[in-house]
Amino acid sequence: MKSFKEYIAYPYGLWMLIFIAVPLLVVIWFSFLSNPDFKAGIYTFTLENYQQFMDPVYLELLYRSFLYAVIATLICFLIAYPLGNLIVSLPGHRQNMMIVLMIIPMWVNFLLRTYAWMVLLSGSGLISQFLGLLGFRDVSLLYTQSAVILGMVYNFFPYMLLPIYTSLKKIDPDLLRAATDLGANHFQMFLKIKVPLSLPGIVSGCMMVFMPAVSTFVISNLLGGGKYMLIGNLIEQQFLTLNNWNFGSAISMVLMTIIFLVLGIARLITGKEFDTGGQLL
Amino acid sequence: MRKCFKNLVFGLILLFLYAPILVLIIYSFNDSKIMGPWAGFTLKWYVMLFQDRYILQALYYTLIIAVIATTVSTVVGTVSALGIYRMRSKLKRPYLLLNNIPVLVPDIVMGITLMSLFIFIGMKMGLTTIIIAHITFCIPYVILAVLPRFNRLPENIFEAALDLGATPRQAFWKVLFPEILPGVTSGALIAFTLSIDDFVISFFTAGNGVSNLSITIYSMAKAGINPKINALSTIMFGCIMVLLVLINIRSEKGIKNIQ
Repeated sequence: MKSFKEYIAYPYGLWMLIFIAVPLLVVIWFSFLSNPDFKAGIYTFTLENYQQFMDPVYLELLYRSFLYAVIATLICFLIAYPLGNLIVSLPGHRQNMMIVLMIIPMWVNFLLRTYAWMVLLSGSGLISQFLGLLGFRDVSLLYTQSAVILGMVYNFFPYMLLPIYTSLKKIDPDLLRAATDLGANHFQMFLKIKVPLSLPGIVSGCMMVFMPAVSTFVISNLLGGGKYMLIGNLIEQQFLTLNNWNFGSAISMVLMTIIFLVLGIARLITGKEFDTGGQLL
Repeated sequence: MRKCFKNLVFGLILLFLYAPILVLIIYSFNDSKIMGPWAGFTLKWYVMLFQDRYILQALYYTLIIAVIATTVSTVVGTVSALGIYRMRSKLKRPYLLLNNIPVLVPDIVMGITLMSLFIFIGMKMGLTTIIIAHITFCIPYVILAVLPRFNRLPENIFEAALDLGATPRQAFWKVLFPEILPGVTSGALIAFTLSIDDFVISFFTAGNGVSNLSITIYSMAKAGINPKINALSTIMFGCIMVLLVLINIRSEKGIKNIQ
């Protein structure tokens, strides 16, 4: 392959510098500038944007984003892990069919999937009507915390299922049989063989759910009705409504730090670099 | 008994995954503005949908953006993957690191960084900025899909073809390209899906004039429930199902041909 030279990748390197590296640096730089000066064209270095974030109001919001994302990740895991085991126990062609069936909803536009839950959960929606028949009148589930978490679980569930299924499928069934032959009971076999071997799948599944969940602003806006602001909503608001880019940039940096911390933890657990690319198809 | 339980679990999960979509489809034919009891069959939401120039315009933009972004990112991504494959490791590491940033960083951060850049350098927000943004977040996925294909190739496959009398053009299209084609196809497919489905990055880089379907749905849904969106989602879901069936038939035919 010596006929091909590395310089054919140089244009893309330039593209990455302009549209990936520079924008990130610009936002990092913004986050250290004070807002009034920024508009006047005078640049003073300051930490006040980060200090502003230390306000209890914002910290509570950060805590809420974290909490919702963790709960959604946990629920996805608790459904996907047993489900993955069930799917792996099916015969080959039915496995594929089941996985395809679980992925098809992902092909529907993300906004439409979220909107669909607005329809289901609204006061005149099916679920409320059903609850009405049971005697609970006028229950609207829309615009509640549960609706936000439900939206996260529904939208990101396949991201959890796919890596878990892939890693469970890779486990050699002979290993499990060997464990039982050597005297492990069902529980030991599960805990000492199956879980450790599927750990990479579990970790990347958790990451793939946690990351979009912690940074979303669409789900909280549509299903929470703007009542339960998450860190994503705060960023959106600072950039698009309040025009305080410096504070918005500082919050984005906080969000990025969280993501990279979590990525670091994932790397510690699995002992290798996290890769999202391979999990998508 | 076990089998019964298994089927029950699968049934419940599929119900959870499909119920919202089915409800949308059913209500798109309901002759009432609220999602309450059934008020009779109607096609009026579909008629209204096709009279809504705003939505049709958004559909047009979505497709244009997806086609351009997919084409550019597939070509550039494939060529760059070849370059990166041939790169000395000193340069390869920063390349892959930068390439991974759009994959790892949350959409909202990608969106605001690109928006900041465009405003900072004084670029007018519109179709161009959205397309640049889409190309930027699509290429990394193409590279991640194609690069492993190059890594798996025998070291001197291209030169072997040349030695055996192929012209460079033949060696590329008849030997090298078929080997990496599965990676290129899946890269293009990921790029197209990501571009069609993207909301967050488009939302921040669109400005006022241009809006794609996701942005339109978002602004309509924020105001509450709208039966026109139900009709739109039914059509989109129908298209996806037709596409999947077609792909399925084709791949089954392919398997039969090989056999």
